[in-house]
Amino acid sequence: MKLKTLLMGAIATAAFAPAAFADGERGRDGQVNIIYWQAPSILNPFLSGGTKDVESASLVIEPLARYDQDGNMVPFLVTEVPTVANGGVTADLTQITWNIKEGLKWSDGSAFTSADVKFTYEYCTHPEGGCAQVTKFEGVSSVETPDDLTVVVTFDKPTPFPYGPFVGGESPIIQAAQFADCMGAKAPECTQANFNPIGTGPFVVEEFRPNDVITMSANPNYREAGKPAFASLTFKGGGDATAAGRAVMETGEFDYAWNLQLAPDVIAKMEAGGKGTPVAGFGPLVERIMLNNTNASPDLPEGERSTAAHPHPFLKDPSVYKAMSMAIDRPLLVEVGYGKAGKVTCNWVPAPAIFNSTTFNCDAQDIDGANAMLDAAGYKDTDGDGVRETPDGVKMSILYQTSTNAVRQDFQALIKDWWSQIGIETELRNLDASVFFGGDPGSPDTFQKFYADVQMYANTFNGTDPQSYLGNLLCDKAPRPDSQWQGENISRFCSAEYDALHAQLAQTGGAEERAAIGKKLNDMAVSQGAMIPLVHRGRLSAHANSLGGVVLNVWDSELWNAADWYRIK
Amino acid sequence: MTDDIALPEDQNDLGALKDKEPQKEPRSQWRDVWDQFRKHKGALVGGGFLLFITLAVLLGPYLWSVDAQKLDIRNKDLRPIYTALWDSSARVSWARPFGTDNLGRDIMATLIAGGRASMAVGWTAMVLSLVIGTLVGVCAGYFKRTDGVLMRLTDLFLSLPILPLLLVAVTLFRQPLRASFGPETGMFILIVGVIGITSWMQTARIVRGEILALKEREFVLAARSIGTTPMAIIRRHLLPNVVSPIMVSATLGLATAIITESALSFLGVGFPSDFPTWGKLLSDAVPRMEEFPERVMLPGILISLTVLSVNYLGDGLRDALDPRIRGR
Amino acid sequence: MLTFTIRRLFLSIPTLLFISLTIFLLLQLAPGDPMAQVPLTVPPEVKQKMREALGLGAPIHVQYWKWLVQFFWIEPQVLIDWATRDSTLFGWLPDTALAEGKLRVISWQTRSPVMDIVMQRMPQTLWVVGMSYVVGILIALPIGIYSAYRQYSLFDQAGTFVSMIGFSVPPFFSGVLVIVIFSVNLGWFPSIYDTTHVVTDWDSFVVQLRQMIMPVMVLALQTTAQLSRFMRASMLDNLNQDYVRTARAKGLPETAVVLVHVLRNSMIPVITVIALGIPSIFGGAIITEQVFKVNGIGQLLITALFANDLPMVMTLTFIFAILIVVFNLIADVLYGVLDPRIRYD
Repeated sequence: MKLKTLLMGAIATAAFAPAAFADGERGRDGQVNIIYWQAPSILNPFLSGGTKDVESASLVIEPLARYDQDGNMVPFLVTEVPTVANGGVTADLTQITWNIKEGLKWSDGSAFTSADVKFTYEYCTHPEGGCAQVTKFEGVSSVETPDDLTVVVTFDKPTPFPYGPFVGGESPIIQAAQFADCMGAKAPECTQANFNPIGTGPFVVEEFRPNDVITMSANPNYREAGKPAFASLTFKGGGDATAAGRAVMETGEFDYAWNLQLAPDVIAKMEAGGKGTPVAGFGPLVERIMLNNTNASPDLPEGERSTAAHPHPFLKDPSVYKAMSMAIDRPLLVEVGYGKAGKVTCNWVPAPAIFNSTTFNCDAQDIDGANAMLDAAGYKDTDGDGVRETPDGVKMSILYQTSTNAVRQDFQALIKDWWSQIGIETELRNLDASVFFGGDPGSPDTFQKFYADVQMYANTFNGTDPQSYLGNLLCDKAPRPDSQWQGENISRFCSAEYDALHAQLAQTGGAEERAAIGKKLNDMAVSQGAMIPLVHRGRLSAHANSLGGVVLNVWDSELWNAADWYRIK
Repeated sequence: MTDDIALPEDQNDLGALKDKEPQKEPRSQWRDVWDQFRKHKGALVGGGFLLFITLAVLLGPYLWSVDAQKLDIRNKDLRPIYTALWDSSARVSWARPFGTDNLGRDIMATLIAGGRASMAVGWTAMVLSLVIGTLVGVCAGYFKRTDGVLMRLTDLFLSLPILPLLLVAVTLFRQPLRASFGPETGMFILIVGVIGITSWMQTARIVRGEILALKEREFVLAARSIGTTPMAIIRRHLLPNVVSPIMVSATLGLATAIITESALSFLGVGFPSDFPTWGKLLSDAVPRMEEFPERVMLPGILISLTVLSVNYLGDGLRDALDPRIRGR
Repeated sequence: MLTFTIRRLFLSIPTLLFISLTIFLLLQLAPGDPMAQVPLTVPPEVKQKMREALGLGAPIHVQYWKWLVQFFWIEPQVLIDWATRDSTLFGWLPDTALAEGKLRVISWQTRSPVMDIVMQRMPQTLWVVGMSYVVGILIALPIGIYSAYRQYSLFDQAGTFVSMIGFSVPPFFSGVLVIVIFSVNLGWFPSIYDTTHVVTDWDSFVVQLRQMIMPVMVLALQTTAQLSRFMRASMLDNLNQDYVRTARAKGLPETAVVLVHVLRNSMIPVITVIALGIPSIFGGAIITEQVFKVNGIGQLLITALFANDLPMVMTLTFIFAILIVVFNLIADVLYGVLDPRIRYD
């Protein structure tokens, strides 16, 4: 008992040591400047969903609980995170009860109550509102408020992971009084509310200039005394990643720069400027090559291209996609494209750590092995033009598309070169990101239509639970003409075994078992030819050397702990 | 061209007015032009340089047979050979006289390949915009009936934003153009077309303004009074007088086309990534400007020199073609 | 002249309507989707819902008519409301409240009235781009005049050289170059423009000057290069005219010949070029604004384009079109006033 108390004390001291640094009165450190090279357009994440908007809003409005830098949940506006163990989640996994901290105030001085939480649910799930975060509330059948400090969320079926609603930067609580007249179709008209939301966060919006700059000041009603350390905050948007990195690390005009997608040597050069430090964190973001399981040949009639009606002539053969994967020198890709902000991966779900499968190893390039594998499987260059043919005489020539982006184009060039060494001819194509990711069913160039043989992009999921992300490869999620080409199963992967295992995941509680199934699903996706994972990408941001308290968080908003930031003197 | 009308029609009417000396051998107009042009040193040098660049990018791939797309990752970031003069520790190689880029592509080869693309884009787009601009300007200025329509058309084009236009053009025409010309030529036609049809308006307006002023002049009236057809008036009397503003537009037009192409690359809507142009090489090299200055300097200097030489050539041509200046 | 102006003004109405239709159809044809910037983690059904909330489902002619009404009928009412409520000139009039509760042109990205954002962006665009235009003109005219007067002199050669370099160096290079020199290495000027800065006294004016100087330099280089070439060419044309010889022959001093006779005549085409360039000031400078983070109209247009914010792009390009048509008219009228040889009727 004594030992335990002692240990607890030690932990507490360790935990509060940085806080000792940061003690003092609110607003003592003056001004802090943040630069995002994408400018925020709106401060209501329910209407936009863009990362820039979610993160800038996170300084003002907060969820009940957030994820910390390791993906663990930490209570923000509630007393503790409800679990089955502490009785906050019912044993049948259909109900979760949140207890709001006492005495919480909105920045305008009014009390924060459970009614605001319930309102947020109603606001986002309004059928005409077009709420971007509506999936957070998927499966919620009701949100009840027995008293001012209690919120009970009921799901329509057992939900092993009940932390969708009101957790994380995408699901903050908005003030009922302010948004009461902004429900549904009226949501876009509430410019004043969308630009100046009243929140519980460390800062209050002074002026919002869409797509340009936000000025904020410390929230006088913030729940923790002495925080935030900064009296005012300027949030500048626009420009490009190079300029943002330069402003923090070379000229020192800004204190924090977000998401510096730059070549490693460029970052290193900026770091030599000596005014700031880059920090990297790894979420589940993976740059991958999706393999089209269906035939995208332009000779097929429109409406049948890239559909299950015509399987791909050779990309479904394991020896082909394994050889293609073996030919890739992943460590070199990391070095060329991402440096510190990248890791070699063979997995679709490389994070959180318990979901990271260790089945495959793809650290080394093996051109000879790949050639041998293709030879053995009967793919030979019969006409001597350096390109192999399938046993049926189809030339192994593929179209490789991606979005326009310097690093992606470097990757394309390198991979094209390696594939040519194993006798696969590649035509490259890059498309403007707004078209490629645009999802316009009329355009032939969207990644959903996938009118190519392989395509490269990065994807990730929010929070720490990959269940719905793993659901992307279910047979019925394939984009088809009758679904207006919508759907997440981009590679048109289809396996009954996979679907069954995923259904089992949805029924399973318990972290260990879920992780075991998740890893199995990941292995099936990679070994059965849905994709070739390339690089596990991190988020690289930079902060000024004089800015203390920065903890890079990839599971939630990067600015999640801005209240703890302080100036190192 | 005013001189044409002032010339005596008949040599035989008054003997006393005849020259005593035997007449000089008649000189052709183009001979005069060439003589005047030759006097302009800048124009000669400019023309020579332009010829040299054009030949270099056309014949370069035969003399320097390194593939511009060949990646050689072990030899990446080599410095140009001349760096060894002052920095003996620099990584250089005689096989890569201008060094290599961050993926090990030979810079000399990419410069040659990029030059081909840039010169082709510049020239074609310039000629296209000049032809359209002059045509519209002359018609609008000379034929009163077409003036309103054509100038409104000019306004329309002036107010079109080039970027959405390019994006629309890409979606609408990429497939057919790819099918008939291949991916790179298809994109080339698109970009040249878009730059050409969005940059002729200035020329058109200036030419129209000049024509409006010129057609009120006496010599045009005189030409019309002796029954010269409008086509002939335009060809013989008006066009030669507007050559100089056209030449200025042309020199600026070539530069604009090369620069517009690079701006499109900078904004990410230009040529495919594996298709280098000078502007693209320049914009790709900007983030590493301090460590590898040669990667911005080389394409930058090439663009500037090309623009400069075209400008001098234009100056020379203007002087040579303008009868009022010629012969002084 | 007056009838010509009035006729042209009337003609410009159908022209503008036609232009608006063309731009609208062009943007409708354009590929891309306002949902492209929404992360991939948001599922397609939700994106479809969001599209419907933006009014994307409506037929094209309905969308066009809606925009026309909003732009030509409701926005002017908003302006009148503002004038009678807040402006000092008409503030004494009773508040008209014409546009109360009516739907204005709303941007898809920000869900706020487009015109408000445009007005917000005007100051920095005018400060930077407008100032660079003025600086450019002030430098270009003397250079053009002197280079033409001393054709092929050292000054002319140097002027040609420098202006051509200035013209051929794209702003994404020259901009970054001056940032690296003056911000990173010397630390004289800020590399990021502060749009919230307000000039109230001398010190804040100096701050404003320091943050403006680099973008203005880069932009003025381009303007100077272009204008001085036109000025030089126009001067050269006139210097060899017979009237110049006459003027010299009758014993006028050289300065009078050049600065009065020749200059006045050569300014005619140059003034047209200057007038035609004014709309592009309001259009902003896309790349320079991006390099220096000025976030003016140019940056607004390009972000709206990449986000497929059609109402914003449509309104901006159309305002741009109005300015072009108006300044074309001004240029034509000026041309007629300055050059009596030109007759429009």
